Amino acid sequence: MSTSPETAAETSGHGDLNVGVKGASGSGEATASATRITPGNALRPEDIALAVSRGTAKPDADVAEFALRLGDDALILAQRLGHWISRAPELEEDIALGNIALDQLGHARSFLSYAGGALGEDGTAKSEDDLAYFRREHEFRSAAIFEQPNGDFAVTIARQFVVSYYQFELYRRLTQSTDATLAGIAAKAVKEVDYHRDHSAQWVLRLALGTDESRERMIHGFKVIWPYVDELFRDDELTARLSASGAAVEPSSLRADFDRLTGEVLAAAELDVPKVQPAPGGGRQGLHSEHLGYILAEMQVLAREYPGASW
Amino acid sequence: MASQTLQSVPGEPTSARHEQSPEDVARRDAEGQAYFDKVMADDSRIEPRDWMPPAYRKTLLRQISQHAHSEIIGMQPEANWISRAPSLKRKAILMAKVQDEAGHGLYLYSAAETLGQPRDQMMQDLMDGKAKYSSIFNYPARTWADMGAIGWMVDGAAIANQVPLCRASFGPYGRAMVRVCKEESFHQRQGFEILLELSHGTPEQKQMAQDAVNRWYAPALMMFGPPDDDSPNSKQSMAWNIKRFSNDELRNRFVGMMMEQVKVLELTLPDKDIRFNEETKKWEHGPLDWHEFHEVLAGRGPCNAQRLERRREAHHNGAWVREAAAAYAAKQSRKQAEKESAA
Repeated sequence: MSTSPETAAETSGHGDLNVGVKGASGSGEATASATRITPGNALRPEDIALAVSRGTAKPDADVAEFALRLGDDALILAQRLGHWISRAPELEEDIALGNIALDQLGHARSFLSYAGGALGEDGTAKSEDDLAYFRREHEFRSAAIFEQPNGDFAVTIARQFVVSYYQFELYRRLTQSTDATLAGIAAKAVKEVDYHRDHSAQWVLRLALGTDESRERMIHGFKVIWPYVDELFRDDELTARLSASGAAVEPSSLRADFDRLTGEVLAAAELDVPKVQPAPGGGRQGLHSEHLGYILAEMQVLAREYPGASW
Repeated sequence: MASQTLQSVPGEPTSARHEQSPEDVARRDAEGQAYFDKVMADDSRIEPRDWMPPAYRKTLLRQISQHAHSEIIGMQPEANWISRAPSLKRKAILMAKVQDEAGHGLYLYSAAETLGQPRDQMMQDLMDGKAKYSSIFNYPARTWADMGAIGWMVDGAAIANQVPLCRASFGPYGRAMVRVCKEESFHQRQGFEILLELSHGTPEQKQMAQDAVNRWYAPALMMFGPPDDDSPNSKQSMAWNIKRFSNDELRNRFVGMMMEQVKVLELTLPDKDIRFNEETKKWEHGPLDWHEFHEVLAGRGPCNAQRLERRREAHHNGAWVREAAAAYAAKQSRKQAEKESAA
């Protein structure tokens, strides 16, 4: 990216960990809501789909591939999180996890609607639903962490903690993207992800410092999730080109901030970064874990039973 | 006394009553009853701290907690389709809707808590099978079209029931209902829209929609409760300004609404006997299978066991999380106290 984010200094922190969202000084202003529509600010997936169909927003092939990665990450995570609704430890968590799932789904819809603008060998744009429901496993570009099973609540929180801090650093930088649509999607998403950071950090503290059982489970949760952290920060040819053009950043450039901020929470929770070997990943090239097939089988079944139908 | 404006009399926990002389208790009860009667006569509102007749408190606690339980159990049939929603837009809407229901459960449990029972206790009663919830949620959501039928018919019936409850004499309940009804009317529209899309889709989709309407019609009508001549509690609830219209009145009104809307859907209701009675100016419907209603109510419906087991399972699996949160909060407040005493 050609310019560094002007608000980097204020937006890199995550507020007072002990206070939670009220004391958070992250990029989400104190009054921001993850669900309220803020007129003039909120970019809806429908707006992007419309801009794509009118030709006023058209990603180049590299940006589209990048949008597909981010869209797939968010979509697969939303699919995982949605399972918690009606199964959470408390009613408040049914709502919180549902809200995070909804936010992720919203980001997925925006990124996929945009990505669809460049795809299609016949020259026509693909819709978010074409991409979500009618691609096969190897055509998905999500990283492995997003498809990891929910496990117990601690595993879900460990996954969410890593993802939120990663997405926050990424989206914060993408608000400065030379690609106006990516920047617009990121500007909306970063505020929501700031709340996801707060939610997961608060739970990491509670579970790690709560009871012996919860501490043991939290440690276990991080242990099973941490092998998939490295993949998120791996550069490749696509990110090199996007970084050179200023449309995106090299994933490796997010790592220092990610390590510092997650490190602060882990230290406050009296936890160590798990000493585990990283998994090789491969999702960006369509090489997935064994989990994705089941996720897609469930997600796509109805749409594929009635191809061409409108819902 | 008679010339004075009646004052609200604070209610008090029964535990405090035995410390007072019987005369004091009797006098407070009489003053409280007088104020309560005046509130009822003025069609005004009783608030949580006011004195209220024990039976009024009990009735409300039962009704509001049942309503809360219905919201929570009612999340399940729809949550069942979140992972398979056939478009991302529908998935987002459905997720938001089920999340709303959790929110309704929260407001309602909070309203019920103002009557003196903690949420944990209500939840426990639900899981122990001591508390009821709306029987409608003991039917399975078999196809995607059920998401439409539940929104249009089940939420529609709920709205018909709940709009009058916005004026319920117990303040927290009435206020909770205002917000609940706003969200429910959005839910009903989204259900209608799902059916509309299906009924104008492929023949298979239209069939799916008709099948769902056929299955949900009678259970939705039975949501209004037993016929008036078999509804023993209705009269008292009406005297207390909790209930405003009888079960049959609301049911008939709802049938009329559906008859108009089903035409737009180009679907039919599975009841040949629906007619508008010119003499009474009321809608009428065919006979309902009240035996089935009582069977489901008694726990012998298609999903009773499944729904309760899911709730128990979530509660059980989450126990360690709730314990951790409580332990953390206790440690934090101990730390805070130590800090303050050191300062």
